[in-house]
Amino acid sequence: MANASLLSVRDLTVKFPRIEPVRNLSFDVSEGETLAIVGESGSGKSLTALALMRLLPKAAQITSGRIDFSGRDLLKLDDRSIRSLRGKEIAMIFQEPMTSLNPVLTIGRQITESLRLHEGLSAKAARLRAIELLDLVRIPAPHKRIDDYPHQLSGGMRQRVMIAIAVACRPRLLIADEPTTALDVTIQAQVLDLLDRLRRELSMALILITHDLGIVTQWADNVVVMYAGRKVEQALPEALFADPLHPYTRGLLNASPRLKDDYHYTDGPLTEIPGSIVSAIGENGCPFAPRCPIVRSGCRTRVPDLLVPAEDRLVACPVIFAEGERHVAARGL
Amino acid sequence: MSNPDTAERAPVVLNPALAYDRSPPKPDAPTPNEERWSNVHAPDAMRATTASAETGTTSANRALRVFLRNPNAMTGLIFLVLVVAAALLAPVLYPEDPLSMVARPFIWPGTNSTYPLGTDSLGRDVLSGILHGARISLLVGIVATVIGLAVGLIIGSTAGYFGGWVDDVLVKLIEIVQTLPSFILLVVLVAIAQPSVAVVTGAVGIVSWPTVARLVRSEFRAIREKDYVVAARSLGYGHVRIIIREILPNALPPIIVTSSVMVASAILMESALSFMGLGDPNLVSWGSMIGDGRELLRTAWYLTAIPGLAIVFTVLALNLIGDGLNDALNPRFTDER
Repeated sequence: MANASLLSVRDLTVKFPRIEPVRNLSFDVSEGETLAIVGESGSGKSLTALALMRLLPKAAQITSGRIDFSGRDLLKLDDRSIRSLRGKEIAMIFQEPMTSLNPVLTIGRQITESLRLHEGLSAKAARLRAIELLDLVRIPAPHKRIDDYPHQLSGGMRQRVMIAIAVACRPRLLIADEPTTALDVTIQAQVLDLLDRLRRELSMALILITHDLGIVTQWADNVVVMYAGRKVEQALPEALFADPLHPYTRGLLNASPRLKDDYHYTDGPLTEIPGSIVSAIGENGCPFAPRCPIVRSGCRTRVPDLLVPAEDRLVACPVIFAEGERHVAARGL
Repeated sequence: MSNPDTAERAPVVLNPALAYDRSPPKPDAPTPNEERWSNVHAPDAMRATTASAETGTTSANRALRVFLRNPNAMTGLIFLVLVVAAALLAPVLYPEDPLSMVARPFIWPGTNSTYPLGTDSLGRDVLSGILHGARISLLVGIVATVIGLAVGLIIGSTAGYFGGWVDDVLVKLIEIVQTLPSFILLVVLVAIAQPSVAVVTGAVGIVSWPTVARLVRSEFRAIREKDYVVAARSLGYGHVRIIIREILPNALPPIIVTSSVMVASAILMESALSFMGLGDPNLVSWGSMIGDGRELLRTAWYLTAIPGLAIVFTVLALNLIGDGLNDALNPRFTDER
C-alpha cells in the first residue's frame, strides 16, 4: 500500500426518496491495487460503483461525501468534465455481458467508438487498435471477429469484448461490477486472470465488486465487506480469511462451502445467516443487529464506530472484542 | 501493492507486450519454440495490417443480400420501381398535359391501341393520367413522410430519452395534435392555404408526425434503460451521441416499417383530398381521377378501378418493402452464420 491513493471515497451517502442504500462509506484505492468489495445482494455494492461513475439513476441522490480521484472531487465536476473522465480514466465492466453490448452494432464499432471519441484516432487507426485490443483479451481471429455482432459471440467472449472496450483508452481505474456472475465457472477464472493480467500490464487500479469470496482470496489485495450500505470490515484477504472479526463476515465465510477442506456440501447443510438483509431497514444502530448471533442491547441504539484492531484492518463491531463472545461467534452461530 | 510497471505509462504503444514482430508469419513447420507460444497471440493477429481495416462494410452487404433474397420484398420493390419509372417517364411518353381532351370519351380499356387504358368522360387519356398521377402520389408520399419523420424523430427521441418535464411538455404537445381528427385537420389546413402540391405535402407531414413521435418515444423509453446505454454512458458518450449512435439504430426497425406505411398513408391522404376536390386543380392525381369517375361507377367502372388499383398496389408494395427491410436490418432475424 505504499503507493499514493488514486481514489479516495469519504463518507459517501446515496439516498433514494425512502431509503439510503449507501451510508457513510469510505475507502481508498491505490494505484495498481485490486480492491474487492464484498457483500450480499442489496448491500449497496453496485450503487457504490455507479456513484463513482456518477451514473446513479435519477431518483438517487448523493447527499454527502467526497470522491477524490487523483486530486479531483468527482462530485463537484460538471457534466462535460465527468464525461471526458468516463471511459478515458475510469472505466466500468458490467455484470451482464449478454445485455451490455449494443446488439445492432458490430463489436468493432463499439470498441472504436470510444477510441475515436477519447483519443481522436482516425477510423483506420482505431480499427487497428481494436484488433490489437481483441487480441489482448485473447479473442481468436480478431481481424475476423471484429465485424461480428454480439449475438454471434458466447458469453465469455462478450465479457472479453466488454473488457476490451473498457481498457481501450488505458483507464487508470477499472470498476468491475460482478464481472463473472453471469459466466460459467470455467470461464470465470479465465476472465479474472485476464483482468488481473491487464491490471498489471496497463497499470490500472481495479475495483472488483463481487459476492464470491473465492474470487477475493485469489485476486484481491484488499477487501471491503459491505452490509446494508455500510462498511462493516476491511482487511487484507489473508487476514480476513484467517481471522474474520465481524459477525457478518464470519457468517459469510461459514456459508461458503470451500473453506473447510474436510467438509463437502453433500455432507449436510451449510450454515446460513438467519433472516434477510431487508431487516436492516429502519435499524437505528448496527444494520446487522437483527441477524447477529452476538447482538447486545447497545447494538441497536447507535451505529458502531469502525475500530482498528490491527494495521490495515477495520471492523465495525465492538462486541467482538468482549471476552467470550469471540469464541461464540467463531463457532459459527 | 506497488507494481514496478506502475510508474511508466508509454503513450504511444498500447501495451509493450503487443509491440510484437509485424513481419509476415512464417510458413508451416514451426520450430518447437514457436509451437509452445502459439497461443499467446492469436496466429492471425500479426496479419492485422491495414488491408483488413477496410473490410468494415460487410454488414451492410449482408443486410442487402438478405433483403434481395426475400421474395415478398422483391415483389414490392419491383412494383415500386415500375411506379417510379412511370413517374419519371411520364413527361417523355406523354408530353402533353394529361388534363387535355385527346379523343372520344368513354373508350373502354383494350379497345383502342392508341389509348390502352381508354379515355374518361371528357375524352382524356387514362394511361397518361395514371403515369402523371404517379408523380404527384410519390412526391407527396415521400416528402410528407420525410417531414413527418424528421419532426417525429426529433420530438419523440427528445421526449423518450430525457424523460421528466421535457417528456411531459412534449407528450402534451403530441396529445394536443392527436386529439384533432387528423383528416379534418388536414382538410382545414389545406382549405386555409391555397390547395397546391406544397401545401398538401406540408399538411400531410404535419398531421402524420405525432404517430412517429409516439412510436419513437416509446422505443427510446424502453431502450434507454438497457444495460448497453448505461455502458455507453460509462464510456463518457454525450447525449446526442447516445441518441444517434446507440439508441436510434436499435429503434430503427419499427420506424422503418412505420415510414413505409406512412408513405402509403400519405398517398392515401393525398388521394382522399383530391377525391374531395381539395387537391391541386391543375394537376392530375390518382385521387382526383377516382373522384371524377365516381359518378360514372355503374356505366364506366374502369375509371375508378384503374387508379384505385394503382393506389392499392403502390401501398401494398411499400408495405412489403417495409417488412423486407425490417427482416434485413435486424441482425437477430437473419439466420445467416
